Amino acid sequence: MSGNPYVHRPTASPQAAAEWTQRQILMTNLRTVAGRAYPRVRGLAREKSWLFFEILLPFLTTSAFVFVYRALQAPPEYVGFVVLGGAMTAFWLNVIWMMASQLWWEKSQGNLELYFAAPMDIVAVLLGMAVGGMVMSSSRAAVVLVVATVVYGVTFAVDQWLLLLAVFFLTLTALYGLGMVLASLFLMWGREAYHLTQFLQEPVYFVSGLNFPVGRLGMLGALAIALLPLAVGLDAMRQLAFADAAYPVGTPPPEVEALILVVMTVVFLSLARWMLRTLERLARREGRLTIRWQ
Amino acid sequence: MSATAPLAIETHALRRVYRAKPNDVVALDGIDLEVAPGEFFGLLGPNGAGKTTLIKILTTLLLPTTGEARIFGFDVVHQTKQIRRIMNMVAGGEQSGYGILEVREQLWMFSQFYGLGSRDGWRRVDELIDAVGLDEQRRQKVSTLSTGQRQKMNFARGLLNDPWIFFLDEPTLGLDVSAARAVRELILSWKAAVPGRTVLLTSHYMAEVDELCERIAIVDHGRVLAIGSPAELKHRVQRESIFRLELDRLDGGTASLARLPGVVAASAAASDEGNGQGDRQSVSVNLVLEDDAALGGVVGALGGLGAQILALRKSEPTLEDVFVELVGRGFDDAPDASRDETPPQGRAANPQPRREDEPAEEELV
Ligand SMILES: Nc1ncnc2c1ncn2[C@@H]1O[C@H](COP(=O)(O)OP(=O)(O)O)[C@@H](O)[C@H]1O
Ligand SMILES: [Mg+2]
Repeated sequence: MSGNPYVHRPTASPQAAAEWTQRQILMTNLRTVAGRAYPRVRGLAREKSWLFFEILLPFLTTSAFVFVYRALQAPPEYVGFVVLGGAMTAFWLNVIWMMASQLWWEKSQGNLELYFAAPMDIVAVLLGMAVGGMVMSSSRAAVVLVVATVVYGVTFAVDQWLLLLAVFFLTLTALYGLGMVLASLFLMWGREAYHLTQFLQEPVYFVSGLNFPVGRLGMLGALAIALLPLAVGLDAMRQLAFADAAYPVGTPPPEVEALILVVMTVVFLSLARWMLRTLERLARREGRLTIRWQ
Repeated sequence: MSATAPLAIETHALRRVYRAKPNDVVALDGIDLEVAPGEFFGLLGPNGAGKTTLIKILTTLLLPTTGEARIFGFDVVHQTKQIRRIMNMVAGGEQSGYGILEVREQLWMFSQFYGLGSRDGWRRVDELIDAVGLDEQRRQKVSTLSTGQRQKMNFARGLLNDPWIFFLDEPTLGLDVSAARAVRELILSWKAAVPGRTVLLTSHYMAEVDELCERIAIVDHGRVLAIGSPAELKHRVQRESIFRLELDRLDGGTASLARLPGVVAASAAASDEGNGQGDRQSVSVNLVLEDDAALGGVVGALGGLGAQILALRKSEPTLEDVFVELVGRGFDDAPDASRDETPPQGRAANPQPRREDEPAEEELV
């Protein structure tokens, strides 16, 4: 039946078409991740306003701290801390401003129903959003890192490249796992959750230690390291990137922090998966959540 | 159809109650339906009848409160994955996707959700873009499409996975005449391509349902009032046959016709052929017969009366007549006629006011 645009992959019967192999299921979910990541990569490349938010803003904040530290004659590593923190801000902004409100936005657009009506796992859709966001933010983070390093003359001293790389990736997986959890929360609580994050944004910035070693905060810092992916990740990355500092720059050793990040990743991803299933169940029972107008 | 092949759609005593603020809403109140594979089935009913609720249940997006429903034998409550692999849906006014993407990019994204390979997806997308007549919009941003073009794109999306059953919820809502016609032709060509493809269409456009559907269920207040082919339904309302006769003259008036065997009634009608300004004066008659067979006798008798037939036309009842007879009111004066686009139950007064401090003002992708 080739040549007929209305027949692509003919199946013998609806029953035959409905039974998929494990491989088909897996491939569809993987393709969904790529498919959903695609519009983020494409779309954000096209939407120039995000350049401002994700490159210029972090760079300006970074610069402000650099000048303050220089005026205070802080140890030179502090400028490096700020630059590292500034680069990682790109990911945090992406998670808070895009990941978290994404499902809520998809609902208001009518996309969410189509996602639920398609045969893939909804978790794959959210993973796709996360991967797309990571790719985009990585390029921004790299720009901030390179420009700030050159402009402010930061020197890094890395002994364990592999561990640094691992910690970086684990920070991202934990951070975006948290983003997936937030996305589900937003969908369930809508506006209230949005206001809550807005309210929490500054305090969370502060205890994440974007601009100074979080260990300086004592108990609060320890709590942040136990709960916030960015706080642990940065603390570990700082220790690994400035290995020659004359004083301890982080509290638990980076190996322990890498382990904390693994635990966080697993917990957040499982939580997100569970929440999405719960959401679907609720949506089908209540007739809300996925529907555009409610 | 062999006895063992499952029905495309089968529902038993399907009921759906929405929990709502002042009172719960019974959207479906015991729906029994059987749709065979390959059928083009229509749901006709006013706004609020429960059509969308039924489609949501059949597409696994909503649970029934009680009762059962199966799609090609798969249970809508527990076998959702199987159903999602073989169905697709398009609704009127659908704004899905990401405005910032090009038409083919957006369709490709959806193709991945159905597991088409990356390259296969691009090929399939281009093929469907041509088929729905969007070749000039292929690389256009989705946000710049007209309503009609957007709906064609939605159809291309709906056909990506070669569905065996296609759910269409008011698919021509808000389209102009030519776009609506293009969409209808598209549905028919797609369906004709493979025997067994099934369509469930809801509409409140009578003519559309009449034109497309082989069988129709008329629904109101969550109940099926009648099921049958358009012809059967019309026949049910009107057992007699009605003809419009145009004669050159009629000596003795309509009374002479009313006396003939098989004639229930004959009455003069306003002539619809010119207005008698020339030397030829024609006479129009509405003739109600017991059945079509009585027509032969009437035609023979007219010769005896010296009258010549200029025109003869059978008047068909419309689905509108069927609806009025069944529901007791016209389609447009339905008491709860709220536009479909407005949210149900009192939210119309408060359609999500948008405040400045809220997200999603611009598009997230
Ligand atoms: N999520 C919901 N919550 C409460 N009531 C609803 C909801 N969705 C639909 N309804 C109500 O259920 C009834 C049937 O609605 P619907 O299925 O949309 O009808 P139709 O598609 O035929 O216009 C209406 O009275 C509508 O107001
Ligand atoms: Mg409807």
